[in-house]
Amino acid sequence: MILAKVVGNIVATQKNHRYENARVMLCQQITPEGEETGSTVLALDAVDAGVGDTVLIVQEGWSASTVATGKPGAAIDSAIVGVVDRIDLLK
Amino acid sequence: MQLARVIGTVVATIKNESLQGRTLLVIQSLNKNLEPAGKPMVAVDSVGAGVGELVFWCRGKEASFPFKREDTPTDCTIVGIIDSDKHVAR
Repeated sequence: MILAKVVGNIVATQKNHRYENARVMLCQQITPEGEETGSTVLALDAVDAGVGDTVLIVQEGWSASTVATGKPGAAIDSAIVGVVDRIDLLK
Repeated sequence: MQLARVIGTVVATIKNESLQGRTLLVIQSLNKNLEPAGKPMVAVDSVGAGVGELVFWCRGKEASFPFKREDTPTDCTIVGIIDSDKHVAR
């Protein structure tokens, strides 16, 4: 899983039918220290995350489509599976 | 999934038969500010996207799921068209 910060969302009327009723969030990958790495990823929201939240994103298709749509086998490669409260690192 | 802009089309007469009738498009991935990020790629279209449109695409094995999944050789498929540049909220 990767750590990311939710920075927005997108609106797409024409999309794969398995994306219907799902929110597609625009996320910026971050390091455990909270610095942006520069790579952007779109992920389906499975946990009601909001803009500004630090989240956990799973990037394995079977898990991502199961958690985001209730069934596996969708064309989904990333889903938000948790909202991070805190990260403690060894100094 | 990643944001991308469709920047061209690909014509391939000889291809795997499961790709017959599929549209191949050249896409440039974008960052959150809609600036190019990384190298252009060739994607199979599943939603009727066209050149100039803002889209999002799926990578990996899951990219074949909109099609006959065991047969379609793709690791990059366009799965949605974003309504306009203004429909990316930041």
